[in-house]
Amino acid sequence: MPFFAYSFFFLILPSAVVLIGAFQDDKGGFTTKNISEVIHTPQYRHAFRTSIEISLLTAFLGGVLGLLMAYAAVKRGTPRWIRPTLSTFSGVAANFAGVPLAFAFIATLGTLGIVTKYMRDHFGFNPYEHGFSLFTFTGVSIVYLYFQIPLMILVIMPALDGLRAEWREASSNLGGTAYHYWRHVGIPVLAPSILGGMVLLFGNSFSAYATAYSLTGGAINLVPLVIGQNIGADVLSNPHLSQALALGMIVVIAFSMTVYALLQRRASRWVKR
Amino acid sequence: MKTRISFSSVVWLFVGAVYFFVPLIATLLFSLKTGPNYSYSLSAWSQVIHDQEFWKTVKLSAILALESIVLSLGLLVPTAYWVHLKLPRVRTYVEFVTILPFVVPPIILTVGLLQLFNNDLHAPVWYLGQPYTFLVSAYVVLAFPYVYRSLDAGFRAIDVHTLTEAAQSLGASWRTTFFRVIIPNVRQAALSGAFLTLAIVMGEFTIASLALFNTFPVYINQVNQEQPYEAASLSLLSFLITWAAMAGLLLVGRPPRSGRRRFLIVPARQTR
Repeated sequence: MPFFAYSFFFLILPSAVVLIGAFQDDKGGFTTKNISEVIHTPQYRHAFRTSIEISLLTAFLGGVLGLLMAYAAVKRGTPRWIRPTLSTFSGVAANFAGVPLAFAFIATLGTLGIVTKYMRDHFGFNPYEHGFSLFTFTGVSIVYLYFQIPLMILVIMPALDGLRAEWREASSNLGGTAYHYWRHVGIPVLAPSILGGMVLLFGNSFSAYATAYSLTGGAINLVPLVIGQNIGADVLSNPHLSQALALGMIVVIAFSMTVYALLQRRASRWVKR
Repeated sequence: MKTRISFSSVVWLFVGAVYFFVPLIATLLFSLKTGPNYSYSLSAWSQVIHDQEFWKTVKLSAILALESIVLSLGLLVPTAYWVHLKLPRVRTYVEFVTILPFVVPPIILTVGLLQLFNNDLHAPVWYLGQPYTFLVSAYVVLAFPYVYRSLDAGFRAIDVHTLTEAAQSLGASWRTTFFRVIIPNVRQAALSGAFLTLAIVMGEFTIASLALFNTFPVYINQVNQEQPYEAASLSLLSFLITWAAMAGLLLVGRPPRSGRRRFLIVPARQTR
């Protein structure tokens, strides 16, 4: 089948080259030197730590906020048109990433951004004099949330639809309050989907390159940016080092995807087929 | 019984709307503040429209998108058909391969492709040196998860076996069956995949910039360094392209969910 031939050349083989290359020295012999160099160089360790921290933070915040917004849209009493509108906007926002997103935030919250200037002129408060900067950990997190929250909304909506009205009625017929309902029914049923969504968000932000690159110009130390710099400095750098870094990324992402698949299986138990 | 919208719902939806719209409005205002003393003017927009480089890069990205759409549909429609018709056992492998691009993000794919084709195989310049070949080969891979999933949903919704057997028992060849019966029935799903691919390719920055090709997003990033007002208008234009692709997606409708939709047979009208 042409599909398998194509995937072999342009997906499987390049991935295999990265995985194998991580364990090769200049002459093609086997070595673990690259891996140990990644582990023992403070800059690389710091990059992995920052990447993981930023992904954990935006996955958690994005997960919680996305859940609250999605629930607000599907809740009884909310006008019907809100739900499809929210999912359309989420579909757009989740796909709006990279260079234009970074720039939209520079125009909003950058040093000369519209919102920054508005706060300065009308409230006498310049966030840049109070330790805020768009080009740091905090700033990158705020920008990442712009695609993380919508992704969570898209992922969690079907699960929220799975919460059946009968369960709520059954709970209140038995004398349960809203607290009892959430404590014993809602949260336990939703938990795998919520966690699964957050894990997906984690991988999503961990592998992001373009947004952080064009926002900070490479000033923030994240693993994908370090790999990008290594490719850019092609002539001098050791390609096997980038491959070792890439291997580290694949391990983290593969781990989170596996957790996601397991949680998804668990979550589908309550979804009507 | 009519329940009113709860207070907390209003608050959260409001927060969401503010977070979504403020950056867009700010970008628009920013792109217009080009007159003397921060007065409004359209000069950034007119400069963008009259910039040759803008049209060149948009055109390049559009061609790449078109190529990627044709190639990925050409690869995946027959594959999805075959899997649904004859080889359900292979499904796991196909699904695994099409989900792999989520595990191997663009940055790593770039490392692998450059190492493989540049350092190891010394691929010819007509492949490596051109966006039409090198970038497209990577973009098709990036589109795999989206295109395959939407096609898979499309094929689930129709009865592949009955349609194929009906066509063949009426004397249709494999070609006729595929082009006249199967394709019209999964057209919606294929179009959804195409619009998603369009959105991906028009916004892809990582691979293009590391492989040194001047596509639309790479151009925006370049402008970003020196001309902030023009960059603001370009960002909005890029956002509009994403919008257009998503609107297209909604217009063709989501691929019908299995079970809920009626059994679809588009009569092969032209069969003589």
